[in-house]
Amino acid sequence: MNGVWFSYDKTSILEDISFTLKQGDFLGMIGPNGGGKTTLLKLLLGILKPDRGHIRVLGEAPHRARRRVGYVPQNTDLNNTFPVSVMDVTSMGRLARSRMGKGFSSQDRPVVEEALHKVGMWDRRNTPIGKLSGGQRQRVLIARALVTEPEMLFLDEPTAKVDPEFENNIYDFLKELNRQATIMTITHDVGVISRYVKSVACVNRTLIYHEEPRITHEMLDMAYECPVDLVAHGIPHRVLPHHENH
Amino acid sequence: MWEALQYDFMRNALLAGLLVSISCGIIGSLVVVNRIVFMSGGIAHAAFGGVGLGFFCGFSPFLGAAIFASGVSLIMGVVSLKSKHRADTIIGVLWAIGMAVGIILIDLTPGYHVDLMSYLFGSILAVPATDLWLMLPLDGFILLVVLLFYKEFVALSYDEQFAFVVGVPVKTLYLLLLGMTALSIVMIIRVVGLILVIALLTIPPFIAEKYTRSLGQMMVLSSILSICFTLSGLWLSYAFDLTSGATIILVAGVGFFISLVLDFLKRKRTSPGVKL
Repeated sequence: MNGVWFSYDKTSILEDISFTLKQGDFLGMIGPNGGGKTTLLKLLLGILKPDRGHIRVLGEAPHRARRRVGYVPQNTDLNNTFPVSVMDVTSMGRLARSRMGKGFSSQDRPVVEEALHKVGMWDRRNTPIGKLSGGQRQRVLIARALVTEPEMLFLDEPTAKVDPEFENNIYDFLKELNRQATIMTITHDVGVISRYVKSVACVNRTLIYHEEPRITHEMLDMAYECPVDLVAHGIPHRVLPHHENH
Repeated sequence: MWEALQYDFMRNALLAGLLVSISCGIIGSLVVVNRIVFMSGGIAHAAFGGVGLGFFCGFSPFLGAAIFASGVSLIMGVVSLKSKHRADTIIGVLWAIGMAVGIILIDLTPGYHVDLMSYLFGSILAVPATDLWLMLPLDGFILLVVLLFYKEFVALSYDEQFAFVVGVPVKTLYLLLLGMTALSIVMIIRVVGLILVIALLTIPPFIAEKYTRSLGQMMVLSSILSICFTLSGLWLSYAFDLTSGATIILVAGVGFFISLVLDFLKRKRTSPGVKL
């Protein structure tokens, strides 16, 4: 991403964003609400187009790289009356590997089954998506992204509404997936940053990128309202660097 | 009522009701889940411009309506893709302009007093056999497209952005959907008229959505409901000598309220009463 600007209705959302992610990276993106994190993700996915600047994903323009990336959108309550089962929602991820004008192939089914087992939703495969709790739906959205077998995976707050136990599960298998895929996730959780990610970015109109899993003072200065829960995890992890005069 | 079937016009009306209901259930379901009800209303009303054009130029008003509806749906589709936040205004404007064009063209048509009511409220009893032969392939076309691209339509309707990311050509499919909607609307205008199109397009899917587990089931149940409403409305209008289009819509309206009441009762039974 190089010199990217984006505005919506003349309100500037992102200004002069530049960063490069290494292959195999696991980036945790933090920043205040409304700071442009989701917008940044949508630019990378090709859903939005930048006003200025260049974006390359896996060496291609975002809309060309589409089928090679996975996406876990923010879990909203949108479209919950839509009549579709857990199994069918998960299968949508296989569209990236299938051809138009044909049904899903016999190879799709085992992949979908495996992903649903992974997120613990196989038993609920015939349940309508609208009947699930927020956390269960989130698991299905993750399974849906997994079955695309992405080279790069984008996640927008994948642990929102999920119970804490499963939250660690999610990051454990993201870590496993990270062996094959580059991952970029939006999170509010500093515990996650310290234990799982390889690099950190803070977004609040501009972006600061750090190649280590550390939140720098600079980042906190830029966005001190970053809603990171520093206390939540109890285990003493050093997320902030040592102060020099200590 | 059986003696009514000896009349050609009644048999044609029945067949037209059946054919229209099939596409109405399929397209109506897609219209409801994709939230393009307002746009469909716009297309239906703007189609009246085509009716006027048909009279003015001396060709079939329904051919005119089909041309206008397709054109307007394309414009509305492109506008809503380009500037989502102003799309509803543009739809409203085209809605009104289309109707105005229709009226003016009919004014300008010399020496011909047109029965506007049949376009505004339908004329299922006046469907000629030739129209049935147009409706049949149209149904076939819609059925074929939806069967071929079923999984893409499901993905597009459930989560457009995700569908885009996994490589579904969402814009093309969206415009295709609008085009098919326009053609179905012209068929429905035949039955209930352009003012009442929205009701027949949306009430059956609204009810069906609550009792089905997939978009396909929703389409099938919508079509069945639509057939029930159309045929019982047709029979009532024959028995009591009422305007057929309005009667069909009222029957559908009764169905709509019954489904709401059933909903309410079901919720009351499943959730234990709140203690005060």
